[in-house]
Amino acid sequence: MTRESIPARRLIGIGVAVGSIAVALLLTALLIVAVNASPRDVFDKIWEGVGLAGGRLDMPRFSGVINFWIPLMLVCTGLLVTFTAGLWNIGVEGQMVMGAIFATWVAQEVSLPSVLLVPLEMAAAALGGALWGLLAGVLKTRGGVHEIFGGVALNNLANIFGIYLISGPWGNQGGQATPPFREEALLLPASSEFRVSLVALVMVGVAFVVVVMALRGTHWGLELKALGKSARSALLLGVPTQRNALLAMAICGLLAGIAGSIRVLFTYGNLRPLVSGGIGFLGVLVVLLTGTRALWAPIVAFFFAAIMVGSTRLNIALQLDQSLAGVVQGILVLVFILANGISARLRARRQAPAAEAASIPPKEAAHG
Amino acid sequence: MDELSRILGSVVANATPLVIASIGETITERVGVINLSLDGSITLAAMLSFVVAYSTGSAAAGLLAGMLAGMLIALLIVVASIELRQDQVAVGFVLTMLAADLAQFLGQNYTRRPGPTFPTVPVPLLAEVPFLGNFLFNHNILIYFSFLLLFATWYVMYRTRWGLALRAVGERPATAFARGTNVNRTRYLYAALGGALVGLAGASYSLAIKAGWANPPVMRGDGWIALAIVIFGGWHPVRVAFGAYLFAGLRILASTIQQTTDFPLVLVNAVPWVLMILTLLMVSSGAVDWLMRFTPRRLRWVVRLLALFGVRGQEETAASRTPGRLRRVLRNFLRSDPPGALGSTFSRE
Repeated sequence: MTRESIPARRLIGIGVAVGSIAVALLLTALLIVAVNASPRDVFDKIWEGVGLAGGRLDMPRFSGVINFWIPLMLVCTGLLVTFTAGLWNIGVEGQMVMGAIFATWVAQEVSLPSVLLVPLEMAAAALGGALWGLLAGVLKTRGGVHEIFGGVALNNLANIFGIYLISGPWGNQGGQATPPFREEALLLPASSEFRVSLVALVMVGVAFVVVVMALRGTHWGLELKALGKSARSALLLGVPTQRNALLAMAICGLLAGIAGSIRVLFTYGNLRPLVSGGIGFLGVLVVLLTGTRALWAPIVAFFFAAIMVGSTRLNIALQLDQSLAGVVQGILVLVFILANGISARLRARRQAPAAEAASIPPKEAAHG
Repeated sequence: MDELSRILGSVVANATPLVIASIGETITERVGVINLSLDGSITLAAMLSFVVAYSTGSAAAGLLAGMLAGMLIALLIVVASIELRQDQVAVGFVLTMLAADLAQFLGQNYTRRPGPTFPTVPVPLLAEVPFLGNFLFNHNILIYFSFLLLFATWYVMYRTRWGLALRAVGERPATAFARGTNVNRTRYLYAALGGALVGLAGASYSLAIKAGWANPPVMRGDGWIALAIVIFGGWHPVRVAFGAYLFAGLRILASTIQQTTDFPLVLVNAVPWVLMILTLLMVSSGAVDWLMRFTPRRLRWVVRLLALFGVRGQEETAASRTPGRLRRVLRNFLRSDPPGALGSTFSRE
């Protein structure tokens, strides 16, 4: 049986990726034309929004991309855990919102110096996110409610709870947002040019490295993988499946909660409706795209963050709806999934005759 | 009495998109395919139907466009699953996100405009019947269609050879294949039909029940509710439709309570999602046993009573204690297991 060498397979992988990007861009261009806009203008504006126009880096704008990337990356890191365990944690969006709510509660109720207050806020956020994730997990393991449905319902409930708090007990700005937090409750940017929270950046790095190492190098990571491949076989092999599923949900919720706290403590400086900004769902798309090839996640997440931040300019500059970002990302992931399927099918077809020839027992071949 | 009839009439009207979409999804899932894209499909179909109806001046043309969109999305999922061996849930999830964003992007120049709608057509004579008239016979044709759809789906699924093949493909594809059914062709056919119905549900928002197109779309979230109703309804069209009416009724009840008392509106919005979790808890077979274990002996009859409304435990359901024919009927009614081959692919080897 002829097997492709590893470089050849890698080459095919790159070909599929590049081809998918090209097809996705082409389809997006057609859609832009469909709403009577010029793809060229749109591309220019996104480029400008990212801070890369005119050949020089516009640092404040580029910081915006990194600030979007940080919570997205935390969410992706959490989703790597649930994805490995075979769980569809769509509830990550709500886990972010719960984190934001818990952080806001601490920011409003506790007065401490900044060095103590900010860690406390983040710890509360981690707790809130983990509890919300655990709830979806318990609904699945104990209640038999699939995590997709539990997650969707809990997302909406978290958002509604947030809006309730803003419009009622916590709000005094006409229901639009909570009052701005005090200075000492906020995460601060590194400098006036590089407007990125270094604390958050370090946290992303640590979380990602720890999670990837735990998934690849520990027995627990192996157990999660077994759970993801087949929950039944894992159970028969003695893996505590329920406990691991709950743990995975809690860890993902914890990281999503911290991501939510960064949104309120840094991005906005207060609690707003739909505070997650769709980052949770975007994280699911990123993880769907990269699969278990975890090292690609930061790169893809960065690319998605750039599209997202860049397209906020579309509304102002071209009166185009910024949902275009979601369209590009969705098409890209869809085309990539389909292209992978096509490539696998072509490979199978090419190998089928060869495999057949190889499988003829030597005795018969000798007779022939 | 007249008031009640009108309220029930509005429940029927508001439930119609949910009824059509969840019956469409029931057909799709009964043949073994999960179309998780409902929330996005419905939104995109609603937008396309409105834009086409607005541009051509014909609500019927809009309806067709919406159905076509729903059908294409469903076919994409089946092609990805059957031909390309990709996970239906993954493809469906991406499509639900993509279709919703696409609707928002492509529909951006068509928001908040009046467009063609399906008018109310009272059924001659029947609309004059006291009580039943306003309740059932004073609606637009999409609502009458949903009645017909409900009956037709039940009839075809349980009383014809086609329905037998449909269910066999979803339950035991290998057996269906051995009996001469073309498994994949059957899946294509019914998934396309189910998808077209999902598209029709979308169109029924923008062309009738919540006429027009707005940004953000008013029907977001209902697709997920329709998916949950299919599970609540145990993949049986009649129970699914019952679930949709129940859901719409409770939703209207909640907003009526909100208008007459000072119950906060934001909490009313929470009602559908709380209901979603509770109903799914109720129909999962593990939940009732778990509940029984933690219920004091004297209160267990409450759990059993709940069981009558669709909970199926492993041992102690009401059905297993009722003898004879009634028991069979009840057991059929309480059936809440997914089709055996749901979400899997079939190959001859």
